[in-house]
Amino acid sequence: MSSTKPVEQLERVVIRFAGDSGDGMQLTGDRFTSETAVFGNDLATLPDFPAEIRAPAGSLPGVSGFQLHFADHDILTPGDQPSVLVAMNPAALKVNIGDLVKGGTVIVNTDAFNDRNLQKAGYESNPLEDGSLEGFHVHPVALSSMTVEALKEVEGITSREAERSKNFFALGLMSWLYHRPMEGTLAFIESKFAQRPEIAEANTRAFKAGWNYGETSEDFAVSYEIAPAQLAPGTYRQVSGNTALTYGLVAASRLSGLPLFLGAYPITPASDVLEQLAQMKHFGVRTFQAEDEIAASGAALGAAFGGALGVTTSAGPGVVLKSETVGLAVTLELPLLIVDVQRAGPSTGMPTKPEQADLLMVLFGRNSESPVPVVAASTPAGCFHAAIEAARIAIKYRTPVFLLSDAYLANGSEPWLIPDVGELADISTEFATEPNDGDAFLPYRRDPETLARPWAIPGTPGLEHRIGGLEKADETGNVSYDPENHDLMTRLRAAKVAGIAADIPELEVDDPDGADTLVLGWGSTYGAIGAAARRVRAGGRTVATAHLRYLNPFPRNTGEVVRSYEKVLIPEMNLGQLRMLIRAQFLVDAAGYNKVRGRPFRAAELEDAITALVDS
Amino acid sequence: MTADGNGNLVQLTAKDFKSDQEVRWCPGCGDYAILNVIQGFMPELGLTRERIVFVSGIGCAARFPYYMQTYGMHSIHGRAPAIATGLAVSRPDLSVWVVTGDGDALSIGGNHLIHALRRNVNLKILLFNNEIYGLTKGQYSPTSRIGKVTKSTPMGSLDYPFNPLSVAIGAEASFVARAIDTDKKGLTEVLGAAARHRGSAFVEILQNCNIYNDGAFDFVREDKANRIYLAHGERIRFGAESEKGVQQYPDGSLRVVDVDEAGENSLLVHDTAHAQASLAFALSRITFETHGAVPLGVFRALERPVYDDLMSEQLDRARDERGEGDLAALLHSGDTWTVG
Repeated sequence: MSSTKPVEQLERVVIRFAGDSGDGMQLTGDRFTSETAVFGNDLATLPDFPAEIRAPAGSLPGVSGFQLHFADHDILTPGDQPSVLVAMNPAALKVNIGDLVKGGTVIVNTDAFNDRNLQKAGYESNPLEDGSLEGFHVHPVALSSMTVEALKEVEGITSREAERSKNFFALGLMSWLYHRPMEGTLAFIESKFAQRPEIAEANTRAFKAGWNYGETSEDFAVSYEIAPAQLAPGTYRQVSGNTALTYGLVAASRLSGLPLFLGAYPITPASDVLEQLAQMKHFGVRTFQAEDEIAASGAALGAAFGGALGVTTSAGPGVVLKSETVGLAVTLELPLLIVDVQRAGPSTGMPTKPEQADLLMVLFGRNSESPVPVVAASTPAGCFHAAIEAARIAIKYRTPVFLLSDAYLANGSEPWLIPDVGELADISTEFATEPNDGDAFLPYRRDPETLARPWAIPGTPGLEHRIGGLEKADETGNVSYDPENHDLMTRLRAAKVAGIAADIPELEVDDPDGADTLVLGWGSTYGAIGAAARRVRAGGRTVATAHLRYLNPFPRNTGEVVRSYEKVLIPEMNLGQLRMLIRAQFLVDAAGYNKVRGRPFRAAELEDAITALVDS
Repeated sequence: MTADGNGNLVQLTAKDFKSDQEVRWCPGCGDYAILNVIQGFMPELGLTRERIVFVSGIGCAARFPYYMQTYGMHSIHGRAPAIATGLAVSRPDLSVWVVTGDGDALSIGGNHLIHALRRNVNLKILLFNNEIYGLTKGQYSPTSRIGKVTKSTPMGSLDYPFNPLSVAIGAEASFVARAIDTDKKGLTEVLGAAARHRGSAFVEILQNCNIYNDGAFDFVREDKANRIYLAHGERIRFGAESEKGVQQYPDGSLRVVDVDEAGENSLLVHDTAHAQASLAFALSRITFETHGAVPLGVFRALERPVYDDLMSEQLDRARDERGEGDLAALLHSGDTWTVG
């Protein structure tokens, strides 16, 4: 369908869909994102939902939101502030209106603005009537009643079910407003509701009714076009961080030739990975939903002893319980991948909200000297390669490896140039098959280059050996309380992990203008830092950026990079954890920009922070 | 006889299962007897050494793997069932044994034990029960009898103890048995039955700690008349002259009776394969304190689908239905679009 109304061209738009937890806002956002991805815009998303499955209807804590930024050029963040807000009820309006840009557009479901809902949202008067929305372009739309009206001929659905299709009405209207292709959503409805054709029919009609309303209503005078972005050639798909991470683990299994064993316990925001890997049994993937976080990691380590790619996935409150397993893996020197999809803490904290405050825990949250490599993903799609890289290090160096993601990466999505499977590097290893000391097998005789010990799996004749948590004698692996041996083994374990620095890329610096200020980041702040740096440069100032993808060991040139700038700024969604490490290791007086609000940084606030430091 | 890697038949002996490590339990410890029996039993498995793995947690018993010339892991306190689960599930070709103690299995590791049992993972779990913490030098354990005076309970322990077999049966264990450290014949028979059982096998071994809890089981270790050897399909009798027997009350509980008075035909017939766990549970409630005797042997041996097998079957079925996983196809699943 094409519109007959005037069309305006836009470079970019930030839309936020907001409604009750039960209003289907995540689904609506997902569908709009898919339409946008297929259309060819660059995009980034920020789902924002409460931990409660269904908080009381109409209440402020029950508001669920989905923000999408799409553009005709490459973008790095889901956008600081929405320019368009779709509010399904008064609570959604109240929670989100403060974020909307001045002069932004509000589309509200007027049917939901009754006394009861207004009261639940804490409005003393109706904001649609009291003038408080002056300064915004408000489109009052009777979403609920028009949806019910559009579905009155659909047989076999209740009026309540008809009303629940209002999110598809809203999606149809937004699809018209921004010229999104409809085919994907129509096909999605057919397949998603195949078991209930009457619901499929209702949603299809609601979706089309929304589109038609935009086309015919005089309230919408113009529609908007955002041209496709110029992206590198290739085949793309939209991918979230958790899906990319899942695919990365499956790929790591294929590239290593090791069967994947996942031990996991359900936890937000990491459960997707367990659920998605459970669908990968035809890849030989074994998923084990354990009785607790401890058993989940223990089983993964047991599987690794047997020659599997052992993985455990969790979030901070679960990772803390895995500390003893990680410590055992350090001393057993077996590969183990521990994925921490970070969320706001401490303790249970804010389960659905991102933070990057587990860095010091994964580095130091174990007894004694217990070095573990740490890899961190920077973008949703980047979780794919980060997972493969973490697995590569674990397998090659026979060590536990932490892979850090966070709730923003996990749920956020972006277009992904699908890699050519044939070009992914082999990460396979050799199991020990022969004695390495005459007729004897020494389980702790190391490879002189990597310092990794042989991986001899049960079932290999002649290499029967015992390993354990007690300190082991160098080479033989026998229990040892010898003072010099313990000192040696402690240093060997540390040297092995430190030596990985020679096997990872140098820290890349983006410094087109020869700046004297460096912004150093890690993890999911990548997009916001990049967007902020663009703005600072566009404002005529110079700034360099660098992003750490390895937190232990650091890339070998990290010290050289941070020392070569007069000023270093480290923005983090914690109170200064990387900053502490950089200061301690390199004696550089780095400044921090730290916020823990459970939401990603805005480019604008980082622009201000960078500008202030550059000008200081 | 065991086939080696080249298809040759070899006869392994106990000596083949002794590692080069010096055994370091206290002189007189019951663990020595158990180690000897297990090393002597291993050839009966009919497996080469590389196919056998011993996994332990922490405690005196947990040193066990170091002394076995098999694959082995001395792991984390209480976690051996979890670690062994990962190994057994991903390597169904292995014979995986867990060696644990009363504190390891029933205190810090209680959760892992019950879940391994209910899942029916193909693990043989040997719980060396000495009713005391030995390695930490003599604190009471979750199986210590109430009122036990130890270093950490100078006025007597307050908590009611676990009955390990009752716990295992309550946790849906498909195989439950008991033996005594010094009873070579009884222990060997139980180990054989456990090894033949596909699924989780739970064996409590009454083990004397001669340093911190000496004589805890003398009533059955020393006095053979108090041993009730259970045999499937037979009436339950015991005593020096088999003069005593076990009868069942209408409420399901059991009592010890004089056979001559009660009559042979009134005695309970043991059935290890009963679909209901109530008989095995009732037998687990027979203790020296309550009945003056201790049942030994196999309490329960029920065939039930095994977790490892079920998981392998799901993998096979997924491949049958969907074909071998194709990574490129996976990455291209869902909506895609092409640029340029």
